[in-house]
Amino acid sequence: MITFLRILTGLVLLGLLVLAAILFVPVQRTPALAALPEDYTPPEGAGEYAMRLADCEACHTAEGGTPFAGGRKIESPLGTIYSTNITPDEETGIGRYSLDEFRAALYDGIRQDGAHLYPAMPYANYRKLSEEDVRALYAFFMEEVEPVSNSGPQTALPFPFSQRWGIRTWKWAALGEPGELSSTGDALYDRGAYLVEGPGHCGACHSPRNLVMGEAGYTAADGDFLMGGEIDGWTAPPLRGPDSAIRRWSADDLKLFLASGRNNHAGVNGEMQLVVRDSLQFYSSEDLDAVVAYLRALADSEEEPRPADPPRTLDRLRDEIGGTGAVATGAVGTDTGGTAGTREVGETEAVLTAAEPGMALGPRLYLDNCNACHFVDGLGADQVFPELDSNSLVNAPSAAGLIDTILHGAELPSTSLRPYSLRMPGFAQRLTDEEVAELATFLRSAWSNGAEAVTTADVTARRDQAEERAAAE
Amino acid sequence: MARTEAKKDVVIVGLGWTGSILGIELAREGLEVLALERGPDRYTVPDFRYPDVIDELKFGIRFGFMQKPRNSTVTIRRDLQETALPYRQLGSFLPGDGVGGAGIHWNGQNWRAMENEFTLRSYVEQNFGAEIIPEDMTIQDWGVTYAELEPFFDRFEHVLGISGQAGNVNGQIIEGGNPFEAPRSRDFPLPPLPNTYDSVLFAEAARAMGYHPFPRPAANASAAWTNEYGMQLGPCNFCGFCERYGCLNYSKASPQTCILDALRRMPNFSYRTNSEVLRVDLAEDRQTATGVTYWDEEAQEEVFQPADIVLLCAYQLHNVHLMLLSGIGEPYNPVTGEGVTGKNYAYQMNGGTTLFFKDKHFNPFVASGANGLSIDDFAINQIDFAAEGFIGGSYITAGVANGQPIRGIGLPRGTPSWGEEWKTAVADWYGHSMSIGSHGSNMAYRDCYLDLDPTYTDRHGRPLMRMTFNWKPNDIRMTQFMRSKIEPIAESMNPDIWQSSYKAEGAQYDVRPYQTTHNVGGAIMGDDPNTSAVNRYLQAWGQHNVFSIGASAFPQNIQYNPTGVVGALAYWAAEAIRKDYLPNPRPLV
Repeated sequence: MITFLRILTGLVLLGLLVLAAILFVPVQRTPALAALPEDYTPPEGAGEYAMRLADCEACHTAEGGTPFAGGRKIESPLGTIYSTNITPDEETGIGRYSLDEFRAALYDGIRQDGAHLYPAMPYANYRKLSEEDVRALYAFFMEEVEPVSNSGPQTALPFPFSQRWGIRTWKWAALGEPGELSSTGDALYDRGAYLVEGPGHCGACHSPRNLVMGEAGYTAADGDFLMGGEIDGWTAPPLRGPDSAIRRWSADDLKLFLASGRNNHAGVNGEMQLVVRDSLQFYSSEDLDAVVAYLRALADSEEEPRPADPPRTLDRLRDEIGGTGAVATGAVGTDTGGTAGTREVGETEAVLTAAEPGMALGPRLYLDNCNACHFVDGLGADQVFPELDSNSLVNAPSAAGLIDTILHGAELPSTSLRPYSLRMPGFAQRLTDEEVAELATFLRSAWSNGAEAVTTADVTARRDQAEERAAAE
Repeated sequence: MARTEAKKDVVIVGLGWTGSILGIELAREGLEVLALERGPDRYTVPDFRYPDVIDELKFGIRFGFMQKPRNSTVTIRRDLQETALPYRQLGSFLPGDGVGGAGIHWNGQNWRAMENEFTLRSYVEQNFGAEIIPEDMTIQDWGVTYAELEPFFDRFEHVLGISGQAGNVNGQIIEGGNPFEAPRSRDFPLPPLPNTYDSVLFAEAARAMGYHPFPRPAANASAAWTNEYGMQLGPCNFCGFCERYGCLNYSKASPQTCILDALRRMPNFSYRTNSEVLRVDLAEDRQTATGVTYWDEEAQEEVFQPADIVLLCAYQLHNVHLMLLSGIGEPYNPVTGEGVTGKNYAYQMNGGTTLFFKDKHFNPFVASGANGLSIDDFAINQIDFAAEGFIGGSYITAGVANGQPIRGIGLPRGTPSWGEEWKTAVADWYGHSMSIGSHGSNMAYRDCYLDLDPTYTDRHGRPLMRMTFNWKPNDIRMTQFMRSKIEPIAESMNPDIWQSSYKAEGAQYDVRPYQTTHNVGGAIMGDDPNTSAVNRYLQAWGQHNVFSIGASAFPQNIQYNPTGVVGALAYWAAEAIRKDYLPNPRPLV
């Protein structure tokens, strides 16, 4: 008993000591990874470009607000976090940050006053930023951005997350080494590794979280790195591994997706829409090539060989009616129309084409609401209507993204390569929760898809959440 | 008291097809461009979203996307003796409203004109003699040739992603295309749309009679398309709601699908909606315009918008109206034949034969605005005008453009329009009828013109524009000629019933039934300032910084739907402004 009390006392003392250390030992700021001259001046445009690479604008700008003035609402597992003002305003922004303090915010998640930043700020990834890019960013925010006075809404998480000192322990467990990057020695690969693992902070969403909610890996060597994560209830799809949709894409497909938010297979959705809008579309062609090379190398390192691209049917209408469309070779919409060309018609397509009056609710809803754009083969149209067959959003472990898209629609970002903000309308007004569940369940089992059914309760939860958020605006 | 806005390099009146084209082409030159649109803004989603937009009552019958006559209309009379009355209910033609203009609610028929249509008077005089031109017919050459416009037709077709089959590429005749068309420099961007059953039957019958069917050039995409601006179209699904509707499917070429989002990204371009231009303001010496004055609907006040260049890109009627109101060009006088502004208003001469088959199912709910097969064997370049006794021509065509359940039902003549007999007839005949139509030219005449009405004014106190127009014997002979060619085709198809509808001798213009929104002329282009309102670059003869772009420039109407020519003229004018006018602003001719 006495022994036990001693041990207990010892543990309590130890705990208090650790707590005291967490609270009172001064934080360590990671020094520069490379020594650059004091008077180093980043090349013209390098600052803004580094900002685009790191996508500072998407999070640090409120919807419709002044760029970098903060105030954007970020829904995190801990609660609602508001992004901060990173304009050089001295009172409400970062105008008084020294270079070292600025770097510490990027690398260590430490505020000027020593407080710990919530990991919504991806310092776990930014700690790989090169000193050149750190300098470029510092110069950009101090010299090229206009100061804006905006304190914005303050983050006020519930206890225990309100205790920022707790983040310090989290950092000990969750962060990797500063500047640690994958490398093969190939310049293109290495540049891609830097962009993806560092400023692009892809892993922040696309890597699963480990037991302490840290990213499960920070380099290609970590098996879980980029194996898919979750953001605001949506699945962030895996970028490698057997379930990765992009493994089926060509290099051109992937590059076009990153640059324009669309390709022959998919349209960008959810939070990734902002990434394309504010960041990826500004990547140079060379940097996009590097990202593509790195991601494809990552995918190819898997044991399973890359599946071949499915055959494309560019000329859908003609294919569906058969024939060439020239005079008198069968007519659309009549019994004299042809068959579905030479393609193999699967079960889903057969059901949708037959359109029997007694068909199940799910496919019927598809015909009435989705088929006009996405077609009976679920292959949509190149760069305009996304494929639903093998679509990562449709097949995602979490159906939240699919449900939200059916309810509220989607919008592609306007990019210089593809300026059209193509929008899919939402169906919240037209379909009941039960119908959305039936439709989503159908989609998740149609064609070659295979994902769990969606329940009415799932849909109701998503609809309620959206309505609550809208009401809170 | 009017407010004055900051000066722009270019102000554009109207943000439809031509306004969008001129807007993006000049914004790309780095100019500060402002477009003023009197209607609301429109996007595919939410304005044309599925299923809200396929509301036939709201948009097909009650004209949800059209101008409201209470806001804007014309007065109409048929001859110089009648008193014109306001067009208070939309009927004969349907001017569009809002961003995208008529470019959102068209069917998508996108034709080039024939070579000889651009030099019509010369063509007639050289081939048949000036004496065959009736005394009151005021047809003219355009001042621009097909060969000059060819690259601009081509460009417009590729911006729109036209589905079609070339019949003549650089002089080489291509099987399956239109062998009578003017040479094009390359094929269409997309393959033709699939055909509906009616058009296949028509084509079989036509071919059996030695004619040359070909697919209509359609602005309904047959496959996904990305144009030079990076704008995109998706394949048409044959929903059948084109004419009078915005396309719910990103499939019909429109300013929205082909240009606007690319234009909206440009920081030196802006536009203001609900801003109706009231007049073009001229400098004291009247040699140039200083800008435009518009009505700001939201602020309920007049606004002066200064600009170095004024581009009239409104609907044909409104371009002419603004020129008349602003003193641009001398108003045309039908008695003396002098003056230019308002001269040569023309329309379109159409007719058709409807066939009923008890045992054939046409499934008319499967439709696309411009799908179908046509023949040009009786086109304006295939007819001996001296022998036939008229000047003009038509294309003849079949295809299901309209899949709408209310307006799309063809019933045998004599069927009551309501009640039990109507219901029985609908049950018997829905899906069992098809039509063969002729779509023909309309010549210009001394007393078919536009001027300011002496009596009626609009809500801004401006005189309404007065339209004086009637059908003439030449064009009636033309359409009767087409009847004589179509009816044998129809009969050869062995329908159970067939009936024809063509203007006959003595036909008077009736504004009540819908005919076509192909109003042309009034600010016609040409080589001579005494006989045309704008020069060959669509530049006002008297005010070199004013351009009037659109179907108002047609000296008489072509045998085709006008949009293809309107688009080519817009690119043609844009190039002249960019390359020739901007470096040295002056009269280009």
